[in-house]
Amino acid sequence: MTTHGISVTVNGEQHDLTVRPRTLLVTALREELGYTGANVGCETGRCGACTVRENGETIKSCTRLAVQADGSEIETVEGLADDGDLSALQKQFQEQHGLQCGYCTPGMLMSADTFLREADDPSREEIREAIEGNLCRCTGYQNIVDAIEAAAEQSGEHR
Amino acid sequence: MSDADSSGESGADSGGAFGSAIERGEDVPLLTGSGDYTDDISLRGTTHLAIRRSDHAHARIERIDTSDAAAMDGVVAVYTGEDVVESGVPNTIPTAWDLPGLVQPQYRMLATDKVRHEGTAVAAVVAETPHVAHDALERIAVEYEPLEHVTDPVEAVERDVPPVHEEAADNVAFDFELGEEEATDEAFADADRVATVDLRQPRIIPNAMEPRAALADWEDATGKLRLWMTSQNPHLHRMLLSAGTLGLPENKIQVIAPEVGGGFGSKIYHYPDEAVTAWCSMQLGRPVKWQATRSESYLTDCHGRDHVTTGEIALDDDGTIRGVRVETHAGLGAQLSQFGTATPSYLYATVLSGQYAIPAIHCRVVGAFTNTTPVDAYRGAGRAEGIYVIERLVDAGARELEMDPAELRRRNLVPPDEFPYESAAALVYDSGEYERAMDLALEHVDYDDLRERQRELRDEDRYIGIGIGNFVESAGLSPSGLAGDLGAQAGGWESSIVRFDSTGSVTVLAGTADQGQGHRTTYAQIAAEELGVSVDDVDVVEGDTDRIPQGMGTYGSRSASVGGGSIARGAREVREKARRIAAHQLEASVDDIEFEDGEFRVAGAPDRSLHIQTIAHEAYLGHDLPEGMDPGLEETNFYDPENFTYPFGTHVAVVEVDPETGDIEIRRYVAVDDCGEIINPMIVEGQVHGGIAQGIGAALYEGAAYDDDEHLQTRRMDEYAVPHSTQLPDFETDSTVTPSPHNPLGVKGVGESATIAATPTIVSAVADALEPFGVDHLDMPITPESVWRATEGDR
Ligand code: FES
Ligand code: FES
Repeated sequence: MTTHGISVTVNGEQHDLTVRPRTLLVTALREELGYTGANVGCETGRCGACTVRENGETIKSCTRLAVQADGSEIETVEGLADDGDLSALQKQFQEQHGLQCGYCTPGMLMSADTFLREADDPSREEIREAIEGNLCRCTGYQNIVDAIEAAAEQSGEHR
Repeated sequence: MSDADSSGESGADSGGAFGSAIERGEDVPLLTGSGDYTDDISLRGTTHLAIRRSDHAHARIERIDTSDAAAMDGVVAVYTGEDVVESGVPNTIPTAWDLPGLVQPQYRMLATDKVRHEGTAVAAVVAETPHVAHDALERIAVEYEPLEHVTDPVEAVERDVPPVHEEAADNVAFDFELGEEEATDEAFADADRVATVDLRQPRIIPNAMEPRAALADWEDATGKLRLWMTSQNPHLHRMLLSAGTLGLPENKIQVIAPEVGGGFGSKIYHYPDEAVTAWCSMQLGRPVKWQATRSESYLTDCHGRDHVTTGEIALDDDGTIRGVRVETHAGLGAQLSQFGTATPSYLYATVLSGQYAIPAIHCRVVGAFTNTTPVDAYRGAGRAEGIYVIERLVDAGARELEMDPAELRRRNLVPPDEFPYESAAALVYDSGEYERAMDLALEHVDYDDLRERQRELRDEDRYIGIGIGNFVESAGLSPSGLAGDLGAQAGGWESSIVRFDSTGSVTVLAGTADQGQGHRTTYAQIAAEELGVSVDDVDVVEGDTDRIPQGMGTYGSRSASVGGGSIARGAREVREKARRIAAHQLEASVDDIEFEDGEFRVAGAPDRSLHIQTIAHEAYLGHDLPEGMDPGLEETNFYDPENFTYPFGTHVAVVEVDPETGDIEIRRYVAVDDCGEIINPMIVEGQVHGGIAQGIGAALYEGAAYDDDEHLQTRRMDEYAVPHSTQLPDFETDSTVTPSPHNPLGVKGVGESATIAATPTIVSAVADALEPFGVDHLDMPITPESVWRATEGDR
């Protein structure tokens, strides 16, 4: 069986690993490297539970092959907290009750976090559009939107 | 706060933990990716299971050749149904609810003779990696002789088709009746008017974001099975797996439900897959993991609903409802799932009275086998289907009488002084102030003004609709004796242990199991309140049958009322024991000891006091306890409620429908819920939001479909429409509080309410908008296309 040696940086830490050509990035992250924060909900790019960041852009890691990620910088939910302190966004998810079972949450946080890097004072509609590719079956989204809105306001205050 | 418990004053009165919007402690691991779902867990030497499933809806299995698959590199073993039979295990997936005359066909882990629905498990591959296991599935050759199939519950019994099971030649699993037929006929004969609805409640697929999964570890040396699985009720799974399926005593099975990514009913049931995972581990003596793909979930997670119904309502000209008559064909799928028989019978027919005083009700349900995925309880189970029928009937009655639908509802509500109210559909409602909740909901939308506005807009060719959904729900299935009389094969009690340790911290071990409802926080609030300690001093443990000896799990909105009720009672017993120790050490009589904020004080001598956490320490020192008292400070409680609880409320939706495009926009959604006492308002609101989302999903987007070849068409997330963020509005929520006298905490439960309410509310709103087009009902899911077609003639 052919295999490839690849090298990826995950949350600032570099890993060398050997993968088969078909190994998905999410599988490599979860099974080879132990980053189980990214969840698998659909394997077809629809649900967003597996969303991570690759070189600063969100991707659905179930639609990416591990070999394609060779040399790239990956960020996962495990890297969002700062020295064990929840990020402002994570804190808002807790305060606004933006999660129930938490299965969609890692992907939701990665999408929201990336969105907030660009968004300046987003409207609720813009927030809803930003997370459209992340399905949540538990919350009805309203509290998630509240959380993202509150985090945006906070970062606006800091600017 | 009511206090139905006789063991002492309710600590919940003092204000504090109970009733506060405390943030969830369980969130932190979920927010950082450190919480473990089943698939996140691996043991050394784990092998991987993949299941070969039938792509036929109905076929005889002629031959299965596994040799190619077995010869593949990395394949550890391949098994068929014959191998399971030969292993001598009982090999039954049992139903948990019997009904009079019920036909109960065999349900095996892997099929041996026939496949009866697409997705039936026929063979199992265990391999060193999941990839190899899935690749090997393709190399299994199965020869089938296809048989004619049927997916519609009416056709199944009325058309001449080869039966799904030989035992039920007409595909009838049960023929169920509730209520008084004769009295109902008389009511209809006497009434001024009759209105009728013909409706379908399509199959919906739960779509918990986490697909089902299991990791089994059989240890030969001890003869013990450890099974991690996506379970809403690990103890029930332990029970059903033990004697019925694997032939192991319960004490040789440990079922662990780690983080569970949503369930909504789908993770209650005992499916073949998790049992096969366990059986494979028993064969191999190695850990075996199975993780469903999303398309496997669509094919195998129990679907919900699937009703075809004719309902009639008899009314007098003044709006008095005289009677209701309902006939339903309920699709059960190809096998009887756990509560698959209870859901369309007792859980459905018994709520047909809704919030109304209806003197005569008769309901008949024909439960039909079809060549489809088994149907079982999905959020709102049975109650959602029943309330949908009565609310659609009330709307139909209002049209028949040309009466405002709010007014017709108001005239028939059970008044507050009639509780406990015994309905003609065999339930005794505990408490309710229906009109108050309805008024509040109508106030939120300025109902009268809104009707006025609706008329004005119609003149401008704009169509808004107002939908009202009044619901009452039977929650917290119980008591065990009654459940047993009705056919349940398990009890309706709940069990917990409340334990102080010597440092004064508290552990609550609860028999329910969380899938996102926030039990760890709400249970800690209950215990903290009763014991006068801080929420941070309480640790809650759930979901592990070896740590928590007994339990029944989480479904049917039972956790707060039955689970929480058990914890409250256990905590009160602990408090009473502590009180006796305090009395002894303070040299006072027990009757003179007052308890407040964790402190036991001698009445009239406030400086003589001991904190409950100090008493905990003393209880474990054991040096100075009352004569004859055993050391330690913990209690095990079994709580069997005296009755169901009955949450209720009114939801109102305002929609605008564009008949040209069929587009439906939800402009307002107001939910007024009464779930009795509220333990944590933030969590209650979260449950309401999620419930509305799933109700709106069912009303407008979701629905399983079978194509002409009887294949499931909706088997991927791009084919089955789970609502996404831009499809749902912000919801406006409010509440009234009518404590339940049937429960030690006065709580009623809330997990399913909003799903039950939202479907009739939305459908009613759309139908109301389309009244000028002569449309009085549209079946779910109401799509732009169905709106467009319904209004076509009038455009
Ligand atoms: S698992 Fe990747 S989008 Fe669903
Ligand atoms: S919190 Fe459960 S799926 Fe989003």
